[in-house]
Amino acid sequence: MAENKDEKMIDIYVMGRMYRVPEGLTIMTALEYAGYKYVRGCGCRGGFCGACSTVFRTKNEYKLRMDLACQTAVEDGMFLVQLPFVPAVRTVFQIDKVDPEEHDNILLEHYPEIARCVSCNTCTKACPQDIEVMDYVQAALRGDIDRTAKLSFDCIQCGLCSIRCPADIKHYHLAQEARRIKGRYIDIHSQQLAHRIGELHDGVYEEKMKEYVSMKKEDIKKVYDKREFHKEG
Amino acid sequence: MEGYLYYPGCTLKTKASDYEKSAMAVMEALGKPLVEMDDWYCCGAVQSLTTDDLMHQIAPVRTMCCAQEQGETELVTLCDMCYNVLKQANLRMREKPQDLETLNEFLDEDPDYRGEVEVFHLFEILRKMGREISKKTVKPLDGLRISPYYGCMLLRPTEIAMDDTENPKVMEELLEVLGAQVIDNPKRTECCGSYHTVNRSDIVEKRVKAIVARAVDDGADAIALSCPLCQFNLDYHQRSAGYDIPVLYLTELMALAFGLEVGMEKHWIDPKKMLKEKKILE
Amino acid sequence: MKVKPDPAFLEKVEELSGQSVNACIRCGTCSAGCPFVDEMEVLPERVFKKIVLGDREGILKGNTMWICAACFTCSVRCPRDIDIARIMEAVRQIMLRENIDMVDITKIENMEILPQLAVVGCFRKETG
Repeated sequence: MAENKDEKMIDIYVMGRMYRVPEGLTIMTALEYAGYKYVRGCGCRGGFCGACSTVFRTKNEYKLRMDLACQTAVEDGMFLVQLPFVPAVRTVFQIDKVDPEEHDNILLEHYPEIARCVSCNTCTKACPQDIEVMDYVQAALRGDIDRTAKLSFDCIQCGLCSIRCPADIKHYHLAQEARRIKGRYIDIHSQQLAHRIGELHDGVYEEKMKEYVSMKKEDIKKVYDKREFHKEG
Repeated sequence: MEGYLYYPGCTLKTKASDYEKSAMAVMEALGKPLVEMDDWYCCGAVQSLTTDDLMHQIAPVRTMCCAQEQGETELVTLCDMCYNVLKQANLRMREKPQDLETLNEFLDEDPDYRGEVEVFHLFEILRKMGREISKKTVKPLDGLRISPYYGCMLLRPTEIAMDDTENPKVMEELLEVLGAQVIDNPKRTECCGSYHTVNRSDIVEKRVKAIVARAVDDGADAIALSCPLCQFNLDYHQRSAGYDIPVLYLTELMALAFGLEVGMEKHWIDPKKMLKEKKILE
Repeated sequence: MKVKPDPAFLEKVEELSGQSVNACIRCGTCSAGCPFVDEMEVLPERVFKKIVLGDREGILKGNTMWICAACFTCSVRCPRDIDIARIMEAVRQIMLRENIDMVDITKIENMEILPQLAVVGCFRKETG
């Protein structure tokens, strides 16, 4: 590819091989610039889906850094590799059988390895979302589902915490379970939601639905733009 | 601070909540409330004993650093295992400054720990408050025969012992102040089987049977202790040997003597029946 | 059975434990006071002899270090001031560092009733 003279070029090393790429690109676009085509390890390109975990170091840096390829700019002398997948299996559970009132240790039951946490904070340092990961693992160990869920709210399931953990904890799956239990048992249940689900069950919107399905795209857009908002409460 | 900075540890919020609640109520009544730390981490429950295993010293050091950053020099634990681990880790940091330096360097996101925090078990605090405890004892435990059980973690190794390693007296002293009759158990400092309860409960059952048998044979109405793991082992595993003697946290007995509300919700052998028979509870 | 001596084993145990295994005079105080001695295939002082002899295999095949729960009774009573609990820990660690767990953490019965500190303690002593 011809280099634009106005562009400053920098050197990056993908799995050890050097590529000259324009400064200012994200890791993801730089890899594509270098000729790689994504079949895995790429999703929304907007920092939400957590598919593009990347680990890297620059030349003079002793620390290994981690981030999302779609959110991080390349730096000169960066050595990097992407992690297309983090092997960590989620514990399957039935949501109606995990009432925290009756099971005060449910997260430890489902993820016993949290008892191996040594408080090293490596997970927290790995998190591209700046979540206090170790703090929520500690909260989970002491049975505080609410705190685990709150602290982990911004998790995008990229798995970097789990790939770095010396105790082999599967943080992001644990946190997801905590949030689900919180949603089911701890949070206040929305009456509006229950009302709406009732309406759906009763087929209140079936006629309207049929109408929308047969509409043209432009007409549906118009309907969408004119939709009404209901006030809370 | 009015009162003491308190480190709960992993078990006190759930399985050992009876202990936390009663200890909090007792200390409140004594005018020295336990104030929970802003941040704390599970200590690891058992001290890691190899010279090179610094990884497992991180958690206790981090917690003591939190106490330091809250501007406190004294830190109180209720759990015997926390007491043991924090105290041994602290000692190591003082005796091996190079280990402390390595850890401080690793924990680069936090301020350096200076090794100045002193760790106490609740019993050490209570021991010095005999007069106040006596004053607060409005319902003495008259006629209640209590066998104290110490286990390991308060007494061993010698360097961190809070009482005589072979002949401890702190619980006996406190029980006498509360008006209870102390039943001596020669097995009161023998290990209950500890973490073997996870995958070798057969070992724990044998240990517990030996310990509980002495208390029962000598006519005790209940066993008193402070370690949440000993409490679980003695309470849960004695049933396999056919015993049904209640195993209470000493602070629960103290709360009863103070006339405070005591939940006693998480016991496998419900102490309420015995306490009613003994007219301690109505 | 003939022992194939492994002198590096003694060295490693002493390095990890910070204790002198050779200081042991085989008095048996450790075994006499050990609350778990009935469960052990090899008595603690016999373990020391095996360490000195470099009988690595003999020790690692036995269960002594896994039965020891680090209650420190032997450590406080040893007339030679050997912190025996640390020696047991060193032997445990040598094995755990070969990436062998002594407890399958996915197959624990009664997890719902166990207090956390039991689980934390067990995993610290029996997983690498």
